Order: sequence, then C-alpha cells, then structure tokens
Amino acid sequence: MLVDPRATVADMLRARGISRRGFMKFCATTASLMALAPSMTPKVAEALQKARRTSVIWLPFQECTGCKESLTRAGGPTLENLIFDAISLDYSETLMAAAGHQAEEAMKNAIRENWGNYLLLVDGSLPVDVPEYSVIGGVSNLEMLKEVAAGAKAVVAIGTCSAFGGLPAARPNPTGARPISDVVKDKPLINVPGCPPMPIAITSVLVHYLTFGTLPELDHLNRPKSFFGQTIHDRCYRRPFYERGQFAESFDDEGAKAGWCLFKVGCKGPTTYNGCATYKWNLGASWPVESGHGCLGCSEPNFWDWQGFYNPLSTTQWGGYAQIGAAAAAGAAAGAVAALAARRKQRPVGQDVQEEGK
Amino acid sequence: MNLLEFARGPAFNFALIVFVFGVVWRLAGLFLQWRRRDLSKPRQHNLIVAGTRAMLMRSLPPHELEKHIVFQHMSGYAWHIAWFISLLFFAPHLPFFKQFLGFAWPALPNWISLGAGAVALALLLTLVIRRATNPVLKQISTWDDYISVVLTILPLATGFLAYGRLLPIRYETLLALHLLSICALLVWYPFGKLMHLFLTFPSRFQAGALLGRKGVEA
Repeated sequence: MLVDPRATVADMLRARGISRRGFMKFCATTASLMALAPSMTPKVAEALQKARRTSVIWLPFQECTGCKESLTRAGGPTLENLIFDAISLDYSETLMAAAGHQAEEAMKNAIRENWGNYLLLVDGSLPVDVPEYSVIGGVSNLEMLKEVAAGAKAVVAIGTCSAFGGLPAARPNPTGARPISDVVKDKPLINVPGCPPMPIAITSVLVHYLTFGTLPELDHLNRPKSFFGQTIHDRCYRRPFYERGQFAESFDDEGAKAGWCLFKVGCKGPTTYNGCATYKWNLGASWPVESGHGCLGCSEPNFWDWQGFYNPLSTTQWGGYAQIGAAAAAGAAAGAVAALAARRKQRPVGQDVQEEGK
Repeated sequence: MNLLEFARGPAFNFALIVFVFGVVWRLAGLFLQWRRRDLSKPRQHNLIVAGTRAMLMRSLPPHELEKHIVFQHMSGYAWHIAWFISLLFFAPHLPFFKQFLGFAWPALPNWISLGAGAVALALLLTLVIRRATNPVLKQISTWDDYISVVLTILPLATGFLAYGRLLPIRYETLLALHLLSICALLVWYPFGKLMHLFLTFPSRFQAGALLGRKGVEA
C-alpha cells in the first residue's frame, strides 16, 4: 500500500476502516496496558491522532522469524498489527516488498533521511565470536547493528534472542551469540522478550513511543514494567490450587485433568515475568498453562539452559550419584585415617594404671 | 548467572559435597575407632538390651527433673517433629527429594505442613530467645548452639517468606535465599551440634551398653 508520508497514525487507521469508537477503545486498552490512569486515554488518542508516522528499521539477526509471526499473524487483522502498519516500516527483510540491493538502499535512505529520529527494532541475537555466521548483503550483523544503531533514537530488542541471547546463545553457543545490549551501550534500549513476545507487548511499546516520544518505565532487565511487572504465577488462574497444595504429578493424571497447578511438572510461572496469564494468546483464546503445559519461562534470560523444562523449581542442579559417591568415599577415607590415628594413641590396657601408680 | 542459578547450581552442589563428605568422615572416624578391649569380667552379658534400654530411657525426661524441664523437653520434641513434617510433607519439597531418591511420597495438605512449619518456627524462636536470656542456659551455651539453631531457623523463615511473598522482593530472590539457607545448613551440619541427628541414638546406645557391662543401669 502506498502511504502518504505526511499521514498521521489516525489517518492510517481511518483509511483501514477503523471507527472512532474502535480507535478510542484501542487507546483505552493501550493506556491501561501501559499502567496509565484512565484519564490519560484522551491524551493517548490525541497524541496518536497527531503523531507522524515514525520511521522504523527492523533488523533480523540470528532469529527464526517467530517474533514477526507473532505480530503479523496475531489471529487476524487486529488493531495491534494495524498500528504496526501505521508506523513507517522502512526496512524489514521479511515484511518489505523490496529485496536485495533495493532493500539495502531503502535502509540507507531511511537512515539518511531520519538520522537521529528513527526507531531501531532488532530480533535475533548477534554472533559476536564468529560474525561471519550471520551476514546480510555482505555485512555482518555486528557491523550492521553498530552502523544503524548510531543514528537511532532508541533501540527495541524484540524477542528473547535479541534481548538475552535466547536459543542461539544456548549451550554450547557455537556462534558466540550475545544480546543486543552487549553492543548497544549509548542508546536508550528496551527489551521486549518472549519466544515469541506477545504482540500487544510490542505494540504497547510502539504506542508509548508514538504518544509520549519516550520509552516506558523499565525493570532491571530493561523490560517495560507495565507488561513484565508481574509473574505468570501472580496472575495464573491455577494459583488457588498451588495455595491449597493441589498439583498435577504428570500430564495425564487426575490432577492434570482437574486443572490443578503445574508446578510439579516444571512450570516456571513463579519466576517468569510476562503478561501471558493476563492477555493470553491468539486473540485471547488460550495460553500455555490453560492448554495444560507449564510455563517455560521464555521471557527470562538463559531460559533454555538454566534447568530442564520439566524439572520443578524446587529441584536443584546437583552433580549426580557419582559425585556424591566420590564425596562419601573421600569422607570414609578421611574418617578411617582419623580413626587409625586415634587408635594409635590409645595405650594398651593396664598401661594407664601402671603410669598412674608411678 | 543470577542468584537463583547460583543457589540451585554451584552453591547447592558445593553444600551437598561438604555435607556428604563431612558426615561420612565423622561417622567413619567414630565408628572405626574401636575401644580398647576390656578385660574385666562383664556384669551383664546382653549388651544390646542394655544399650537399647538406655537409648529409649534417655529419650524421656529424668523423673527427678521432670517438672523443671517439661517445657524445654516437650518443646524440643514438638519443634523437631513439626520441622520434619514441613520438610518432608510440604508438596513443593517433594520434587526435591524425588531428584535424589527417584521416588516421592504423598504430600500433606498445605494447611498441615505450613501449620507445622509455623509451629516449628515459633518454638525455635522462643527457644533461642530463652537460651539467650535464661542465666543458666546462657552459661552453658556456646557459639555452636546459636549457629546451629539460627541455621535451623533460616530455612523455615525464608521458606515462609518465599511461599507467602511476605517481603516486597522478587520471588526468585526469596527462593534463592531459601536455597542458600539450606546450603548453609548443609555445610554446617557435620561440624556442629546438628550432627546429633546421626549420633544421638548410637551414642546413647553405646553409653548404655558400656555401663551395662559394668553392671550399671543407665
């Protein structure tokens, strides 16, 4: 679709058939999502109506395109992906019509024309140790990121791979995959992790930026607090079962059929900060725990490696029976030596009496 | 590596190795250290009966002191039982044991296991305060006593904090603190008075058997 570069976000939405009522509903939902007071809804609407389409460059590195799938196939033509259309996506290899040199030229133009003002979105991790493993148009991801980030107003790491390294950084991490934050140090950076992240988390960050021109309040992992402020466990509808001590022991037992808590089959909900339990997936149809599987903790750093998906949180990473056996054998040897030494000090029976007599 | 990863991995691994090494070392050192052969004529031949009798009788309060030590004695039993109920029958703890043993047992309802934990915590706090304030107990207490009781209290206290989210701290931090308190307990276990878990009954048995041989009813 050809877009008038002077069009505002509201113009875009109107052109796509979104009514005023639908637009206000979207603004109210987004304001609520961003933890703003209801009184801020008109301000969000006003800002969005006036907002010029922000230039966005989306760089794909070591990724699976799941993050883009999450946004663009969020169950149909939703407001979430329409608002995404309402930005000026000047470069995205997956979504843009241009290819090859034309695509690279489009990116260079966007950088030149919007220097200092464009948003840089990144999905996928960086192969830092071996940059040659991921190259676009002959340019390594590392070089490309440095070049494009230099002129960006802010950088948004979409998905766990770009935010924390994700699957490419899982052991043995053959490419030396690193998160974007290891390279981008001098720009505002926001992480929207998840494998994939929820579409509404991505759009809420974009809307916040379009509305206020700033990034939302972030947590210690640079995630928007409004979306990643609570754990899955905090908002899980199965939590009452946890409180009562009713747990599924396996995926096909009576507890699982009764919808009891999945803690014992490895749910990472208590340590995972994400909005799945509140917003759900596929237009609110369901989410992993509702579908009978524990949370994998995909919005947390190192989620792939830090323990098995099916190991409960109350288990540990101990060294196994061989290690314990070795410790016991060493202890027995030390004890035997100590006992032998003590026995050697024992005087023969009667000697002590004789010594006392002297 | 964050604090929880550290607690669940290297810290717990280290603590477990120290615990196993230390316990086996002390037990082997004691059990392999045979006493000298006693050439005197035994007054009693059935030393197993004498040892077992002493083991059981010394688990009861001495009749002469019963009235004066009833609180100390009964609260000691109460918190031990309550502590082990909360340890062994609280549902989220069972996967912890299953990873070592390969099997688990049915959990008690949360209100029982958590109630037992609360009883144990309250009694332990009362006893440690009493130890620190009672003139006699104060005199006979050592650093070992205080360290051992504090390390016994910490897993309970941090467990409640983590389960109930009683502090405005992230859950994973509270869970890590709970695990680290268990690590501290495991590391201290073989080297302090906590070792009585393994030594109380053998030492009572041995004392009873030795005294029985000399014709003394222990």
